[in-house]
This record gives sequence, structure tokens and C-alpha cells, in this order.
Amino acid sequence: MSPKTLYDKIWDAHVAHEAEDGTCLLYIDRHLVHEVTSPQAFEGLRMAGRKVRAPEKTIAVPDHNVPTTEGREDPAQMTEESRIQVQALDKNARDFGIHYYPVSDIRQGIVHIVGPEQGWTLPGMTVVCGDSHTATHGAFGALAHGIGTSEVEHVLATQTLIQKKSKNMKVEITGKLNPGVTAKDITLAVIGKTGTAGGTGYVIEYCGEAIRDLSMEGRMTVCNMAIEGGARAGLIAPDQKTFDYVQGRPHAPKGAQWEAALAWWKTLYSDDDAHWDKVVTIKGEDIAPVVTWGTSPEDVLPITATVPAPEDFKGGKVEAARRSLDYMGLTPGQKLSDIEIDTVFIGSCTNGRIEDLRAAAEIVKGKKIKVKRAMVVPGSGLVRAQAEEEGLADIFREAGFEWRLAGCSMCLAMNPDQLQPGERCAATSNRNFEGRQGRGGRTHLLSPAMAAAAAITGKLTDVRELM
Amino acid sequence: MDKFEKLQGIAAPMPLINIDTDMIIPKVFLKTIKRSGLGVNLFDEMRYDADGNENPYFVLNKPQYRDAEILVAGDNFGCGSSREHAPWAIKDFGIKCVISTSFADIFFNNCFKNGILPIVLPQEQVDILMKDAEKGQNARMTVDLEAQEITTSDGEVIPFEVDSFKKHCLLNGLDDIGLTMEKAAAIDAFETRAAQSRPWV
Ligand code: SF4
Repeated sequence: MSPKTLYDKIWDAHVAHEAEDGTCLLYIDRHLVHEVTSPQAFEGLRMAGRKVRAPEKTIAVPDHNVPTTEGREDPAQMTEESRIQVQALDKNARDFGIHYYPVSDIRQGIVHIVGPEQGWTLPGMTVVCGDSHTATHGAFGALAHGIGTSEVEHVLATQTLIQKKSKNMKVEITGKLNPGVTAKDITLAVIGKTGTAGGTGYVIEYCGEAIRDLSMEGRMTVCNMAIEGGARAGLIAPDQKTFDYVQGRPHAPKGAQWEAALAWWKTLYSDDDAHWDKVVTIKGEDIAPVVTWGTSPEDVLPITATVPAPEDFKGGKVEAARRSLDYMGLTPGQKLSDIEIDTVFIGSCTNGRIEDLRAAAEIVKGKKIKVKRAMVVPGSGLVRAQAEEEGLADIFREAGFEWRLAGCSMCLAMNPDQLQPGERCAATSNRNFEGRQGRGGRTHLLSPAMAAAAAITGKLTDVRELM
Repeated sequence: MDKFEKLQGIAAPMPLINIDTDMIIPKVFLKTIKRSGLGVNLFDEMRYDADGNENPYFVLNKPQYRDAEILVAGDNFGCGSSREHAPWAIKDFGIKCVISTSFADIFFNNCFKNGILPIVLPQEQVDILMKDAEKGQNARMTVDLEAQEITTSDGEVIPFEVDSFKKHCLLNGLDDIGLTMEKAAAIDAFETRAAQSRPWV
């Protein structure tokens, strides 16, 4: 047999039909659904008189525009439109008989955190969701990607997607990371190097010692932002850490099924001489704690650097950089570590897991915030409960952070958590686009530890100085 | 779905690179449970000021481009979220074809599901089309999907590539779900095989 990549292996195991021109029907093992991108899809099903083909493989949770403040079960806490979307999901989940975690359920949270937490996401699966950060699940060696609403409807009706195969790209992070450098810095550094379109047309497999050394939480952070690099999906081959994480979760296989699953999962790696269409290698020790300065996730620099000038770039990027700097209110040559911050947001499917909260709490412990506002929004009700048990919630509260309920919150600011025009935010989320966190809001992306450092000092700060 | 055959129309130039889905349709407009009505909010934050007044400098607000049906855009158009509201808004505005050097993957797919033709061309050719679009109202461009050719207002012909299956669906206005359902036997067979080989799924 010819050597295969991990992506090749998962792909081959899921082709239900292949047309002569290579267009395939890819079978979908798990379909995750949230309230924003699904109403039109369910409506389409109803209009055509179609059913959900595999309701037992379909999981719904409201996350994008739910409030993250106490008492949110009260519908009066939501705007009319948000309420309609959440109620539509409630109704659709019930009518079509799919798994559902309402806001009143402690297991509710951001869809990409709930899936792995509940053991819905397993190695070797195909996982889709009407959300671009579905790539997160790739950390388990699952082929996971975002789809549009028409495709959500297609998967609901047929449990397949019409797909053509992407190309294979290998991103290797060699060696060890330096202290203060995290999974978030890796993933931002990769995008900084390859650009936001560098992965277009590819599925990326992340490998190398620095990736192996990451926890499952860290691997999810890395894969989560594969989409910001333009890739269809990000993957990491499963290993003992993956199996240990999965074992015992509510929907993970048990007994003889576990053994059978494990036997297959252990074959899920890229063969030594597999073909790669593109290879990028970065030395782990070359990665520094980074922040973004502009309005594209590729606008990444080490915290020790200065704000660049538009002339430092080429082609269309010159104008884009000028526009970014204007929007961000920054001057070329200014030190990144001199930039003052108004708001700190710790959360999102990129960095809203327990390990992220631990890393932030370690920096915050015993100190007070110097920013106007800082909030921690755990990725799920279970993450929140665990953080409370470990005493992290108290650390945050005592420092002056708001301690919120689970949801997407200020990652995309569809709920009431929004920046004001001109307000500057250090955020652990994944997008710094214009207006992403509120019209006119200015976002700097960074790791949870770096966000915590900014909260304590009131400006972007090299976390290594606080360690 | 509407058929896409041949389009002759005004092309609007948007040379900015990395136009993301938050720019195309900001999230405040994602709260709808319908597919229609998003056209007035296309490019909302660039098109209107905070009070809702039109920005006269924004290309689609200029008299000569208000009826544009083609968009010529900078690299990496449609990056960001999976929101299909982006192509819905584009379609609702009246734009049926977007031309760029590259598109984000999900956005690209979403276009085809909504009768919009995204065309990828090398930089030099996008530059030619950008110049042509800058001429304004009288510069009508023609996009012929069957022949896979764009003709500028000067009569210059630029061929383009398109996936054969996607082309077939666009030309005939075919609904993907209906097509896939015709292959139900293959899906059934796959499920039976998978139940044997991966019963834990
Ligand atoms: S946390 Fe942000 S990126 Fe993640 S699913 Fe929610 S809105 Fe999307």
C-alpha cells in the first residue's frame, strides 16, 4: 500500500461515494449545531418535508449569543432577536430529536469545548459544525471543519458533505518551547509566518516535539486557529495523551468497543514516507510570547517588538497595514509593551479551557487589575465548576475580574458583552478583525498568561517579566 | 436555486486585501432566522457611519456602482467565519459574481450554494479587471460561465477555471441535497459497513 498521511487515512475511511471527477460524498460522524447558523437549515428541512438522517450523531448547544451573566435562564435577559434564535434551537432540537444542552444544563458551553468534554469528539472521526472554529476538534486526530448553513442542511438531511480532497501540509514545530511560551504563541507564530491565506486549499497536520509536548488543551488551541491560517482543517495525530483524555468521557466507547476503537486509533498517524504538498518548519525555541498589532491574525509580532510601518510591507499589504494602524490607533515605532489596555477578555473556544484559566490565575494570584474591566468567561459550565473547585474563581474575583457563565461572549460580541468604539482589549480569542468585539473596538490577540499580565499592569506586557 | 449562465453587468472595484466576513456582514445582523433581507447591511461598517448615514466614499454608495453585479476584490476575500450570511448579503444586494486572487475556503463553497460565482485569477488578470471596474458605469463586464470567459469593457477576453461539478450545478440551478439524496443507496451501504468496522461511532 502506498504511504498515507493522517488526513489521507481519515478521508479514505469516510468516502461514501466518489464521482469520476473526484467529487466525493464524505460521511459525517458528528454534527455539532449552534443557534446562529442553524435556523435557516432546519427551516429548509421543514419546507422540503425532510428529516434529520442521524439525530443520534447530531448535538446542539446554544453558545454564540447567550448572556454570560447570572439569571440568564430568564428570557428577558436576551434581546428579542437573540431570544428568537435560542428558542428556535430549543424547538428544532426537540422536534428533530437531537441531543441538546440548554443554558440551564451545567454541560452547556461553547460548542467546540462541549464536544470534546462530553466525548462526542473521538480520533479518526469526521466532525462538522456551522462554525469555522470546528478545526479545534482536529486536536484529537479527527477531521473537523466549519461549514456554511446550506451545508448544515445538507448534513442534517444526508449525513454527508459534498467535498473534494484538500492538499496535505505539514507544520512541524521542533524542539522545546521557552518558558512563558504557550500553544497560543505557537499557533499565532505559524499564522504570522504563513499568512492568513497560507493554508488555503490545505489540511494542516501539526507535528514535532513541541506539539507532542502539549496537553490536549494546548493542542486544541493550536488546531482551533488553523482556520485563521486559511486551512480547511488542522490535525494532530492521536497518542497516549489523547486516549487518556478521551477514556471515561460520557460518550466515549467502553469495554470491548474501547479496545476495538483503540486498536484503530493507534494506526492513525502519517506514514514516514507520506507525500506532503507543503512543509513549514519552525524551531520551538525561536517562538516568543506574541501579540497582534493589526486587524488580521497574521499581524503577529513578539511582545518585545515595535509597531511596524506600512512601508515595511509589500503589495496590497501596505494599504491594509495603513488601514489597520489607523483603526487600531497605533504609531509605527511605538513599543508594543507601551500599549495601554482598557479591557481584558479571557475565554473563547481558543482559550476557555481549564488549563487556560490555570495559566492566567497563576499570573493574577494575589494582585489587582489595573485595567478598567477584565472578565473571565469559562468555555463551559463544567470548566467553570472545576475552576471554582480549584479556587481559581476566587483568585480572579479578588483581583477584580468578572467571573462569568459559559458562552462565546466577547469573542464575537453578539451577546451584550461588547467593546465601545476606541476601547482597546487584550483578548485570548482568535479574531482581531475590525469591529469583531464591538464596533470600533480594538483587539490584541494573545495567550491567557499574556492577557493576565496585561490585566495586572494595564498595558501589553511580556509575561516573562512577571514569572 | 437560481441558475447562473451569462452575466453582463457593472463591476465594482474593492482592492482591499483580506476582506473578512465581519466586514461583509457584521455579527449584529446574524440574529436573523431568515436568509433574505441582508443586502442593506452588506459591508455595513464601511458603508454607513455610526449614525446610519451613508459614507459617500464607499464604492457601493457611489452612483455609478449602486447597481453593481460583479465585485473585483483584493486577495483572500471572505476570510473569517463560516457565516453564510456573507453570501446571502452579497446575493441580496444583487452581486452575483466575485473575482479575486484567492478566497477563503468556506466562503468559496458557500457562494456556489447560493448561485454566486466566485472566480479565482492570477494577480495580473485581477489587476486588468480592477482597472476596468474603476472605469465605472459604462464599463460593463461579461461573465460567461458556460464558456468560462470574462470579457472586459474593451473586449479583452480572460478565461477562468471552475470545478466541473460546481459549474454543472450553477448552470442548472441544481439543489445539492436533492442530488445527494439520489445516492441514498451508497450512503446506506456505507453506514452498514461502518457499523461493522467502527461500531463505537
Ligand atoms: S468562542 Fe468565538 S470563535 Fe469560538 S465558537 Fe464562539 S464565537 Fe466562534
